[in-house]
Amino acid sequence: MMGFGPVRPEINEPVFHEDWERRVLGLTLAMDACGLWNIDILRHTRECFPAQIYWSVPYYDLRIEAHIKAMLARGLVTEAEILAGQMQVPPKPVKAVLKPEKVRPLLARGSPYIRDAASLPVFKTGDRVKVRNLHVPGHTRLPGYLRGAAGEIVRYHKAHVFPDTHAHGEGENPQHLYTLRFKARDVFGVNNDDDLQADLFEPYLEAR
Amino acid sequence: MPHDGHDHDDHSELSPIALRVKALESLLVEKGYVDPAALDVLIDTYETKIGPRNGAKVVAKAWTDPAYAKWLKDDATAAIESLGYTGRQGEHMVALFNTPETHNMVVCTLCSCYPWPVLGLPPVWYKSPPYRSRAVIDPRGVLAEFGVALPEKTKVSVWDSTAEIRYLVVPMRPANTNGLSEEELAGLVNRDSMIGTRLAGHVA
Repeated sequence: MMGFGPVRPEINEPVFHEDWERRVLGLTLAMDACGLWNIDILRHTRECFPAQIYWSVPYYDLRIEAHIKAMLARGLVTEAEILAGQMQVPPKPVKAVLKPEKVRPLLARGSPYIRDAASLPVFKTGDRVKVRNLHVPGHTRLPGYLRGAAGEIVRYHKAHVFPDTHAHGEGENPQHLYTLRFKARDVFGVNNDDDLQADLFEPYLEAR
Repeated sequence: MPHDGHDHDDHSELSPIALRVKALESLLVEKGYVDPAALDVLIDTYETKIGPRNGAKVVAKAWTDPAYAKWLKDDATAAIESLGYTGRQGEHMVALFNTPETHNMVVCTLCSCYPWPVLGLPPVWYKSPPYRSRAVIDPRGVLAEFGVALPEKTKVSVWDSTAEIRYLVVPMRPANTNGLSEEELAGLVNRDSMIGTRLAGHVA
């Protein structure tokens, strides 16, 4: 998709432009630690905003609204409570509440995504593969611009949590993950030798 | 304006979103979902503790220590972890080495995936539609907007972070830097050069 205009880097950009943005960062990370959703669910929640909102609303505004949507869907808060800034119904149980002394260890541990897979990888480095013409109705990490593109496997990353199912509460369903290399001239028809890489899951690929 | 009898701040200067976030924070703390002290640590961590100075140390070490550079190439996650940089949004790292033949550039067209442990929080431009859409189709046009013009012989290699692999670009070491310490070299490594939209700084 094009027509968004120039990239406008800000010189010496501050980490946060407004105080509410830093509150949003803290609140969203703290709520993530409650264990009620995963990163794929959140990404999909963000993607489900109407297109004109998704493409025009600034990052932190969208970030907090996606978390609010996730909280509302699970009955953690109500819109009336947010408007009032006060609790009106009892809290829902959460899996954990992040304590200050646990913050650094939690962030340092992260959440590795490698899992054991149910089968052996189909492809290996050097294989020439094609991206399938998949139009997934739900969440996917297959970018539209790569549908049907022909590329070469340049790296194998073992099996990772599969976002397409994980985002819908359908399980981690680990799938083999590969880095594919494409020529820009094949994907975009440009007249140069530039390369383009993307990390794609095995279900997105077929042999050619 | 008549005083309505209960204690409140003058909210006349807060924007609607700021008011909404303030109300939300009160609510989440009152509900017991969020510990305010944990909030402070989370914010402080990403505002002051984790940032591009981490990545710059990785790059400077790679420039000065060939064994470390090889480790970074073979197992970036472990090599970066050995310097203490690990965790959220950097669990699976790959280092991309710029050479005279190849200039690497990283984007997340699908959202804003970024290697937080080595670069901190991503800048606004990285998360915005212009970069997300144009980095893959017109990387040289984007580089021009950053004031970068590559030599004819250099090809551009764009990496779209579509899964949980996170990329750190190792820019080329600037010329005339042989006498510099690792710390001085790290000072030449700007954040954008580790995303791939600028080159590392030059010594006059």
